Amino acid sequence: MTSVFGVPLPAILGQLMLGLVNGSFYALLSLGLAVIFGLLGVVNFAHGAFYMLGAFAAFVGWQKFGLGYWWMLLLGPLIVALLGIAVERLFLRHLYRLDPLYGLLLTFGVAMIAEGVMHAHFGSSGNYYPVPGLLRGGLHLGFMVLPVYRAWVIVASLGVCLITWAVIERTSLGATLRAATENARLVQAFGINVPVLVTCTYGGGVALAALAGVLSAPIIQVSPLMGSSVVIVVFAVVVIGGMGSILGAIVSGLALGVIEGLTKVVYPEASNIVVFVIMALVLVWRPAGLFGRDP
Amino acid sequence: MRAAPAYLGLLLLALAAPALGIYPVFAMKLLCYGMFACAFNLLLGYTNMLSFGHAAFFGASAYVTGWLATSRGWGAIAAIGGGVATAAALGLLIGAIAVRRRGIYFAMITLALSQLVFFVCLEAGFTGGENGLQSIPRGTILGVLDLNGDTTLYYFVLAIFVAVFLLIRRIVHSPYGQVLRAIRENEPRAVSLGYQVNRYKLLAFVLSASLAGLAGSLKALILGFVTLSDVGQANSGQVILMTILGGSGTFLGPLVGAGVVLTLEEYLSERVGAWATVIIGATFVACVMTFRRGLVGELQQRYGRRRALSAAAPPP
Repeated sequence: MTSVFGVPLPAILGQLMLGLVNGSFYALLSLGLAVIFGLLGVVNFAHGAFYMLGAFAAFVGWQKFGLGYWWMLLLGPLIVALLGIAVERLFLRHLYRLDPLYGLLLTFGVAMIAEGVMHAHFGSSGNYYPVPGLLRGGLHLGFMVLPVYRAWVIVASLGVCLITWAVIERTSLGATLRAATENARLVQAFGINVPVLVTCTYGGGVALAALAGVLSAPIIQVSPLMGSSVVIVVFAVVVIGGMGSILGAIVSGLALGVIEGLTKVVYPEASNIVVFVIMALVLVWRPAGLFGRDP
Repeated sequence: MRAAPAYLGLLLLALAAPALGIYPVFAMKLLCYGMFACAFNLLLGYTNMLSFGHAAFFGASAYVTGWLATSRGWGAIAAIGGGVATAAALGLLIGAIAVRRRGIYFAMITLALSQLVFFVCLEAGFTGGENGLQSIPRGTILGVLDLNGDTTLYYFVLAIFVAVFLLIRRIVHSPYGQVLRAIRENEPRAVSLGYQVNRYKLLAFVLSASLAGLAGSLKALILGFVTLSDVGQANSGQVILMTILGGSGTFLGPLVGAGVVLTLEEYLSERVGAWATVIIGATFVACVMTFRRGLVGELQQRYGRRRALSAAAPPP
């Protein structure tokens, strides 16, 4: 059997695959976090909670309303985005003039509420969600079996990431968004409704998190606490990538997922901490992050 | 010193607490988390550095103290000393990385690094993994004073708390504390005046981490167990809530906040179960939305206007 450094090749490829799947979730989540931070200046601590709510939306849609995966892939992000918009209009809106730390604290409280409600309602154990029929089974690639659903997750997440990137960098809407990020007052003076833009951006970032949640529902146990540890990893990812950069968030999300996966092969005990160790090293070497600008 | 009668009253109340029939373990927990919040306040209130990972110091110190007292048979003082030294070293390490960035980045970095500490505590052998450490002996002070009685331990904890409280007051009112406040108010100006801002911040971070560690060590002895929740993210969030709810940047605020949060938790966990998290989260939101100065801060604002004004005089 082929092996690299004494580790059998299929094991490496398997973990690489898992790493890519996790990396796509990190990419989707850190992308949303970076977009929200860019315009609102808010570090959205509730991002993990919205991711969790996305997965629960899929679960509840299936259990209570008999709505299948594809419906919830569309409806889940929409429903959760509406929740996000409510949070922005009710609370966040009033904090923009203050120290950005208040936005972080507020969204931390919101995350606690969301996790607490789901915990009280569904208990703390994980819930099973089936893989949709169309995406069951595996592709035999000769050297390994590739589960179709995992391949779909990678393709779908990266597709959405690239579309988001293209919208922000290549369309006039994106140009307005970037202009508002640079100087909101000036953009407002041009007759653009910046408050609505801000609300929609928050909703959009939250929708990305919820989409990641729906995508993850069939491969992880859907539980109220699934978001709280992921959000910390995603924070580390955006610190590594540099918060201002959209592409940086996508690339570092994917890369760190892969590194995490490979660490699981080489030294499993360290797989939980490797992202944080890399973050510490990057900070020592380049305090602004790999793709960041401001010091 | 106008606040002196209030402090004296509180001290008398604390001294009389066992006689008044206040459950000593709860009183000790209150002092312990109050100390944790006061240590945290040294960073947030006087330097405006929001650390989202202070549970790392609290928990790591608690683990080390618990392990030293249980497996190594160290006395209370030595075990606490070992815990605090660990917290200080960890504070130096994490602080050196984190003070390179400011504001929300600082918060995110401290959070991520504390999560690293959490996973190390989960994997390391001496912490007992998922089970944590149990039946930690309280031991004796230098082989003389037996701490197993709740009342004795209470006065021991109270003495340490008062010492820490006075130490923090001393730090804040010292020339060093003045520099910290200058950094809080206007960092570029402090830099241009020639202060090595990062060194001042790092020292503040290490001091705060050590005192948080002291609180963690005491917690290990008081309750006799240490679990992963002591080092977890929720504990970091709780100390933030205590501090801002009571009033960051005030001396009594963190203690008041700790009292409110602990009472609330004690009361809620019996009655509403899992909804307690929701209520604590809602308190967080309410606090950030409506009374950002905290309970003590708002009172000071209302009744101590003259002092508040002179303290908040705009820079020339």
